[in-house]
Amino acid sequence: MALTFLRGIQLNPSMLYPSSYFARKHGVLYCCMRSAQTQTATQEKEQTKLKVSTQSQPKAVDKFLKDFEAVIGIETHVQLSTLTKAFCSCPYNYGSPPNTSVCPVCMGLPGALPVLNSKVIECAVRVGLALNCKLSLNSKFDRKQYFYPDLPKGYQISQFDIPIASGGYLDVDLPLEYGGGHRKFGITRVHMEEDAGKLLHTDGVDLFGSLIQVDLNRAGVPLLEIVSEPDMRTGIEAAEYAAELQRLVRYLGVGNGNMQEGSLRCDVNISVRPIGQLEFGTKVEIKNLNSFSSMSRAIDYEISRQVELHNQGQIDQIVQETRLWEEGAQKTVTMRKKEGLADYRYFPEPDLPGVTLTEEYVNSIRESLPELPEDKRRRYEKMGLSMQDVLFLANDINIADFFDTTTAGGADIKLAANWIMGDIAAYMKNEKVTINEIKLTPQELGELIASIKDETISGKIGKEILFELIAKGGTVKGLIKEKDLVQIVDTAEIEKMVDKVIADSPKQLEQYRGGKTKLQGYFAGQVMKESKGKANPKLLNKILLEKLNAKN
Amino acid sequence: MLSSVQTPRLLRFQSFSLKCLHTHPTTTPPPPHSQILTIRKSLLSREISAVDLAGTFLNRLRNTEPHLKSFLYVSDVVLKEAEEIDRKIAENEELGPLTGVLVGVKDNICTSDMPSTAGSKILENYRPPFDATAVGRMKKCGAIVIGKTNMDEFGMGSTTEGSGYQVTANPWDLSRVPGGSSGGSAAAVSARQCMVSLGSDTGGSVRQPASFCGVVGLKPTYGRVSRYGLVAYASSLDVIGCFGSSVADAGILLHAISGHDKFDATSSKKEVPDFASQFTASDQLDSKPLKGLRVGLIRETIEDGVDPDVISSIRGAGSHLEELGCTVTEVSLPSFSLGLPAYYILASSESSSNLSRYDGIRYGKQVFADELNSLYGESRAGGLGSEVKMRILMGTYALSAGYYDAYYKRAQQVRTLVRESFRAALDENDILISPAAPSAAYKIGEKKNDPLSMYAGDIMTVNVNLAGLPALVLPCGFVDSSSVALPIGVQMISAAFEEEKLLKVGHIFEQTLQGCSFIPPLVADELAC
Repeated sequence: MALTFLRGIQLNPSMLYPSSYFARKHGVLYCCMRSAQTQTATQEKEQTKLKVSTQSQPKAVDKFLKDFEAVIGIETHVQLSTLTKAFCSCPYNYGSPPNTSVCPVCMGLPGALPVLNSKVIECAVRVGLALNCKLSLNSKFDRKQYFYPDLPKGYQISQFDIPIASGGYLDVDLPLEYGGGHRKFGITRVHMEEDAGKLLHTDGVDLFGSLIQVDLNRAGVPLLEIVSEPDMRTGIEAAEYAAELQRLVRYLGVGNGNMQEGSLRCDVNISVRPIGQLEFGTKVEIKNLNSFSSMSRAIDYEISRQVELHNQGQIDQIVQETRLWEEGAQKTVTMRKKEGLADYRYFPEPDLPGVTLTEEYVNSIRESLPELPEDKRRRYEKMGLSMQDVLFLANDINIADFFDTTTAGGADIKLAANWIMGDIAAYMKNEKVTINEIKLTPQELGELIASIKDETISGKIGKEILFELIAKGGTVKGLIKEKDLVQIVDTAEIEKMVDKVIADSPKQLEQYRGGKTKLQGYFAGQVMKESKGKANPKLLNKILLEKLNAKN
Repeated sequence: MLSSVQTPRLLRFQSFSLKCLHTHPTTTPPPPHSQILTIRKSLLSREISAVDLAGTFLNRLRNTEPHLKSFLYVSDVVLKEAEEIDRKIAENEELGPLTGVLVGVKDNICTSDMPSTAGSKILENYRPPFDATAVGRMKKCGAIVIGKTNMDEFGMGSTTEGSGYQVTANPWDLSRVPGGSSGGSAAAVSARQCMVSLGSDTGGSVRQPASFCGVVGLKPTYGRVSRYGLVAYASSLDVIGCFGSSVADAGILLHAISGHDKFDATSSKKEVPDFASQFTASDQLDSKPLKGLRVGLIRETIEDGVDPDVISSIRGAGSHLEELGCTVTEVSLPSFSLGLPAYYILASSESSSNLSRYDGIRYGKQVFADELNSLYGESRAGGLGSEVKMRILMGTYALSAGYYDAYYKRAQQVRTLVRESFRAALDENDILISPAAPSAAYKIGEKKNDPLSMYAGDIMTVNVNLAGLPALVLPCGFVDSSSVALPIGVQMISAAFEEEKLLKVGHIFEQTLQGCSFIPPLVADELAC
């Protein structure tokens, strides 16, 4: 099929068409593409800017916001990481060369028909249940119709009036650095749909001048659209809602939730109103939010923009429109004004039978759900961990799994948390690896913690072999044996070493006994060195003090 | 439910036996035979080679095509494929049930090695990278695709005048239309340019041209045949159908292409019975072979507005069925007249969506333009014909916000009513019969500027598509126009997935119909030799 298909492309060079005008008239779109291309470069800068803006901007907003309240709702598109696309058997791998993962179905060739990938339903049900939604046992697909070059059929297969799930909520714990706190945000609906392709813009590479090319690799990739209630009030709340959704899809294993690759895309609807007013203000949609921090900053910018217009008596300047977040300029700019509502002429998709779920099926999915982030956080809290530990550990499903396996083996909870959040996290950060990529297993971390606790090895040795375990693997027992690291707790042996050090340092002994007791540290260090770090520090100090202070 | 609103009445058509105006001058013509079974016998006994057979058909095609224009493309590998079949026969390899059968394929059914334009300029020279499932299955059975047949653009029309390329003539009278939209497929079988052909039927596009051209046309149950590779007109109504010069041929072809297809989610998983096994020779039938069969003649199809000659042909068909042992009563389908407007709303709505993909971006006609909307607009304006544009506009309107409930939604409600009234009528009857069209073939150009009158011609067939039922049209008589006789077809309708029953009744009807020959004068002499 692939071969025939390549031939098809060659026969149709119309994939490429001259579009110097097109590029100009759709300049905003071009912009969007460009910023996406350079996102890695801006990413670094973003981090530093974030620190500045989170300190300065909220203050400015606070001043205005005294009398105003922002109302924020979010539409999120979650790309599902099914093996094949939603309605054909093409695989999808982000970053494949253009048009290498396409077939008659996702290219919208005449006569091709969609056939639903049942995994999409499974993912939708998992997410619907995890979001505490009511599931529609009988739903259907509809066609949403509009023309755009990245939409091969001229319509998107979506769900209109009967979404597969609706009326749920999402629990969120706000980060402590923003004051913490728990929130419950309403979920309006979750529905299944297919992704569109991508337009690639190229400047003057050809006799036609600049080109817009269509890459259909992404066309037909399954998406879940998750629509929230307008329950958020600040940029932080919105960003944390999105972060929790990301966590959820990763916990559920339905998607990778990667914002940079576009696997998790958030469009934010935002309006402001004077506090006490019941009706909503005019809402503005913001697109091109590539990270949680840009979401938060874009919203705070937009709130202050709208509040400022209110304060200047220019409410009529707030119009229903789509604005684009410009990372470089740190502001939102108009992308397109809405001239009335677009008419998508939805109607039931006649090529696909209705989607019917049985109670048994839903129950079997419910039973297979993993522990969700919210449940995990509450459990960790009950285990006695601090909120900071809870949020850190539950943030990443893999870290949480590592922690859970470690403690399930009987390891001390607080110590396990400390090791993971301290040395292990530091190593992962420095080496840019994930917890699944390190060689240390949860079992060995448990062993390590136990070995320190029962004084087989010292904490210092523990730390040393930890890095060895992380980098090279192996077992705690093996390393202790191999390197002869068992702690020396034999009094006589330590006394011998203390005696030797004292005998070798007559000058320091004299100074010590002359009142320079700070030198105890020197002696302790020498003894530890003599023991190759294996002497039990408590015992060492006890014996050392006795000997130093002993009167001749 | 129906019996409460009507009094079923037993009809007797004594001595009103079928009058065939076009009879062979000297001898009574034999009933039509299955070409597929006959050539199979000849090939296996090596009486004739596949190459000779193909040569005969290609010759006839070459001679008749200048008059008929039923093909948009003729394969240049027919003889090569025939040679391969002869080799297989020589080497005693296993042969599929359609070995050596020359099939015409409607141009909206994708073929990987030939253009597939659906009769539209917007797809001029378009060659799909895949075979439609139905085509693939036929080929696997040994069939040879002889070419692609002309049609109304995207299936939208009832005359084949709506083709973006050429006008096909009716083999019975070259000044008349062959019907449509599968006019090319019907004319090709009628003129024996091919043995059987594939068509598609959205609102009658197989059955009406079968009636106009005097051939057998079979519209299967929705879902019986995969639509994968059928260029969509109205997805919830479209089915691929079969043409043959005998009921047996249509049945054997249907058998080859039927069955579930994982590439079409609307294709049925119902088992496909062996349609072919029941085509008993006429001399082995007893005197009342259809004894006990309850036949309902749909009252609304033989009322005012229907050509009196058509009505008498259908009544004649009824009396013939009675002679075969059937009980024929009139039944009423109260929602019958609502079907036509509902059909045109639903079909236009779906087509407005299905045809969105012809945007000039990935394939097909593209007009270079300064900006995107002009590229779309000019590519579509230049590539699509006026009938297609009209239906896209109607469908777009019907689906628009504020109109959806009044049009699309109401039409869907009518569809439910139509389905229910058929169900009630088919609870009381084994099959229903009606004309396939209100008239015989009319003159080319006659309805060209009167679309409403052309649409009205679909009254006999659209309800069956709305209900998704199978229907068989077979020639039952003639009407005498000024100079020539024109064939008339009777439509037999059964409950869903009962094609077997239709084929059995149709076969017996056809084999016992005396004195009619449905071979058009254009080729009659040649075939007589």
